Parts: sequence; C-alpha cells; structure tokens
Amino acid sequence: MTEIFGIPVAVIPGQLTLGLVNGSFYALLSLGLAVIFGLMGVVNFAHGAFYTLGAFAALLGLQWFGVNYWAALVLAPLVVGLLGIVVERLLLRHLYGLDPLYGLLMTFGLALIVEGSLHQVFGSSGQSYPVPEALAGAINLGFMILPLYRAWVIVASVVVCFGTWFVIERTRLGATLRAATENAPLLQAFGVNVPLLVAATYGGGVALAALAGVLAAPVVLVNSHMGTSLVIVVFAVVVIGGMGSILGSIVSGLALGLVEGFTKVIYPEASNIVVFIIMALVLILRPAGLFGKE
Amino acid sequence: MRTTGLFYALAGLFALCAPLLGIYPVFMMQLLCFAMFACAFNLLLGFGRMLSFGHAAFFGSAAYATSWLVTSHAWGPAAAIFAGVAVSAALGLAIGAIAIRRQGIYFAMITLALAQLVYFVCLEAPFTGGENGLQGVPRGSLLGVLPLKSDLAMYYLVLAIFFAVFVFIRRVVHSPFGQVLKAIRDNESRAVSLGYEISRYKLVAFVLSAMLAGLAGSLKALVLGFVTLSDVQQSTSGEVILMTLLGGTGTFFGPIVGAAVVVTLQQYLSDIVGGWVTAIIGAIFVACVLSFRRGIVGELAALRLRH
Repeated sequence: MTEIFGIPVAVIPGQLTLGLVNGSFYALLSLGLAVIFGLMGVVNFAHGAFYTLGAFAALLGLQWFGVNYWAALVLAPLVVGLLGIVVERLLLRHLYGLDPLYGLLMTFGLALIVEGSLHQVFGSSGQSYPVPEALAGAINLGFMILPLYRAWVIVASVVVCFGTWFVIERTRLGATLRAATENAPLLQAFGVNVPLLVAATYGGGVALAALAGVLAAPVVLVNSHMGTSLVIVVFAVVVIGGMGSILGSIVSGLALGLVEGFTKVIYPEASNIVVFIIMALVLILRPAGLFGKE
Repeated sequence: MRTTGLFYALAGLFALCAPLLGIYPVFMMQLLCFAMFACAFNLLLGFGRMLSFGHAAFFGSAAYATSWLVTSHAWGPAAAIFAGVAVSAALGLAIGAIAIRRQGIYFAMITLALAQLVYFVCLEAPFTGGENGLQGVPRGSLLGVLPLKSDLAMYYLVLAIFFAVFVFIRRVVHSPFGQVLKAIRDNESRAVSLGYEISRYKLVAFVLSAMLAGLAGSLKALVLGFVTLSDVQQSTSGEVILMTLLGGTGTFFGPIVGAAVVVTLQQYLSDIVGGWVTAIIGAIFVACVLSFRRGIVGELAALRLRH
C-alpha cells in the first residue's frame, strides 16, 4: 500500500469525506447563526438544541407516525421553525435593545430546557435512524468507496447553503431582509412588517439547524446531547469566519470540517481541538476573523 | 449602610455557627467553594463587563492539578493548592490574552471555545484519569501541623480562605485599579481616550478572576476528595454564570446568595424531581434574564433605594 509520511493513502479520501460531512453541518449551523445574528443581534445559543430537536422530530416522526425520511426532511424543519417563531414571539422579543449578552444567556437557558427535557424523557443512550433505502449503498470511484448517504449530505447542504445565500443576496426578499439589518425603523416606515420579518428570520435560521439535524440523524446516534458540543465548535467556526458574512460562514464551515478530517488522518488526538487552535491563531493574527468587516 | 453592616455581621455569624446548627459541613463547604467561584466570576462580569463562558476551565484545571499533586506526588495541601492556583493563573493569562482581543458576545464565544479545548485536553491527558477523573484525593494536613481529615477543621479552613477572598475582591474593586476597570465597563472608548491601556487592565482582571476560580476549584477537590470531567465542563461554566446572574451581577453579596440558592436547589431538588434539574435550571435562567436581570440582591437594593 502506498504511504505518505507513514499514513496509508487509502484512508485519506474517506476521512476527508467524513470531514466534509461534518463541515456541511458546521456550514448549515453557522449560516443560520449568522443570519439570526445579522438581523436580530442575538447569538442563538439554542442553535445546537434546535439541531437536536430536528433529529428527534425525524426519529419520532418515523417511530410514531411512520413519516419517512424524505417527508421528515421537509416536515421537521417546518415544525421546529414554527417552534422557533413561538420562542421569538414569547421570549426573545423582550430582549431587543438590551445588551446582546442577555440574548446569549437566555438562549443558553433555552438550550438547557430542551436538552434536559429530552435527556429525561428519552434517556442518555442514543437511538439510530435508518439510512433511507435510495441512499443506502456505496459507489466505487476507483480511488475510494463513497457511501451514497455521505455524498448526499454534502451535496444537499451545499445546495441549501448557496440557495440561502442566493435568497439573501440576490432576491427582493433578501434585499428587504438586509434593509432591516441596516435600519429597521426606516424600513418599517416604508410599510414593511418588520416584527413579522424578524420572527420569520429566526424561524428560518432555526429551521436550517433542524434540517442539519435531520441530515445528521442517519450518520450519528440521535441523543439529547448531540448538539451540545457541536454548537461550541460552530461558535468557533463563526469566530473564525467573522459573523457578518453569509458566504464567509458557509466557506469556513466546510473548510474547517475538511481540516478536522485531515487532522484525523495525520494526528487523531488533536482532531477534537484543531478548530479551537485555528480559532486562537486567527484571533492572534486577524482579530476580526477571516471574513470580518470590523 | 447600617443595615448592610448588620447583614454582613449576621451572615458571618451564621457561617461561623453553621456546623453547630446541625448543617452538614461538607454541604456548607461545597456551597462556600461555589460562592468563591461565583465571586471570582463576578469580578470579571460585574465589574469588568466581560462574560466568560469558560470559567470551568480554571476551576477544573486547578482542581485537577491539586488532586494530581496530592495523590501521585504526596504534596501537602497548601503547596498543592498553591500549584493549582498557579496553573489556573497561567491558563488565565493564555486564554485571557486571546479573548480580550474581542468584546461582548465574541468574548463569550471565544472563552467558551478555548475552555472546550481545555476540556478535551483533560479528557485525553494521561494524568487526569479520563472519564473516571481522580478519586480518593486525601486532604492531608495543613503545613504538616493541622490535620484536615475532620470536616470541622476543613470547614473552618475553607471559611477563612473564603473570607480572605471576599475581602480581597472588595479591596480590588475599591482600589484605583477597580475604578479604572469599572470605567472601562461603563464606557470603553472614553477610558481609551483618557489614556488608559485598557487591554492591560482587562487582562489583569481576567487573570485575577481565573486565579480565584482556580482556588475555589482546588479547595473543592480537597473537600470532596475527587475531581471529575464535570468540573471542567461547559455545564459548570453555565452554573457559575447562573449563580452570579441570579444573585446579582456587580453586587458583592449577590454571587454568594446565587451560589447558595443553586447549590441548595441541586442538592434537594434532585430528590424531588430527579433528572428534571437541568431543565429547571434552564427555566430559572430564562426567567432571570426576562424578569429580574439585576438578580436577587440587585433587585432588593433597587427596592430599598426607591423607599
């Protein structure tokens, strides 16, 4: 077997694909965080909890109502997104205009409520979600064997990410959204229902997290704490990318997943911490983040 | 002012007599350690407006260092606590130097991420006992003279240290250094324009807070005789935030009240509601942010000012 630096070449593509799969989740989550932060100035600590809720929605939908994967891909984000809108209207709304730290603290509390309740009801052991039949196999690319589902996750999230980017940067709805980010009172004076826009944006960002949860369900064990450590990595990704930039959050999400996968090949012990180390280095060299505007 | 003095006197008297009143000393010690932890955290958040979401890193790493030295190298408690504090100070210097490059929510996210790094190091390092942590940490005897095996001796040691830390924090806040820190909290750009090197003040505050958090962690490890991964975990960072917020950010007595409430809740609530404690803690967080942001002590003080 061919080796580079004592590492068998054959394992590299596999680890890199796995890295890209993780990167897809980072990208979807940090994209949602960036959109929510851009419009509302709230750092949504509950993002990981909504991702977990997405996965649970898919799992319970299947177990209780026989909702299949493809339907769950639409329904779970819808349900979780609506829940997000309720959260925004009932709770988050009261914190606008205050120090953004309060938004962070309150959504942290929300995450504890969601994860604590799920833990209590469903226990700490994970449950597996079956890979949908159409995506069950693997294809032989010659240099590697690519499980279809992994390829699907990467393609689906890249399409969704760039679709979201397109909506925000290139459509009239996106222009309204960006206008609200710039100057909400003025936009309201033009007759746009800004509170509705804000609630819908939070719902949309949260729905992206839930979508990531559904995509992740077949490749991870669905459990109450699957989002807890993920959200910390995503925060680091956001700090690296700079929270102001939509495209920046997508690119850095995917790139950091890839770096993590590569670290798993050359120095597995550091794969859990490599993103944090990169974050520290970026902060030392370029405190505003790679794509930051400050 | 007179009521405050009376209040302090009563609280001090209660702490001195607590073991005689039949309150379990280990519980009181645990409470004091977390109160110390919350006071250290409050120095940073309340007087420097820096929300660290990773203070468990300092609390836990000092606890690990102390436990490891005591169990594997037979150090005495005083030296081991000192070493623990040194470890948390060094860690505070490293993490603080990076984190103070950004402000507000970014500061919070950076401290959270770097603390997670510390967590993974503790998980995988050869001397931390991995998932099991370090068990059976002996208390030894203080400077070879005072054996700490009895809970009562340990209690009065913890109480004395706590009292010293409390006085020290008051002293720091009322010192010229503390005044500048508060000026930075209230208006950072103004402090810059007045010629203060603000990053130096912030870093000193951060390291002080990390050291005191470490002291609390080291003491807690000796009190309970073990240290586990939960001491460096994000949930512990969250708990200390809740204690400070609930009791009253930026007040001297608030963190103590907050710690007392949270530790008592965790101790007694889990008997009643079982695993729902996490969700209930989360609900308290939400309620606290929505309806009494000044915390228990802060709201009481505001109430008294109105009359």
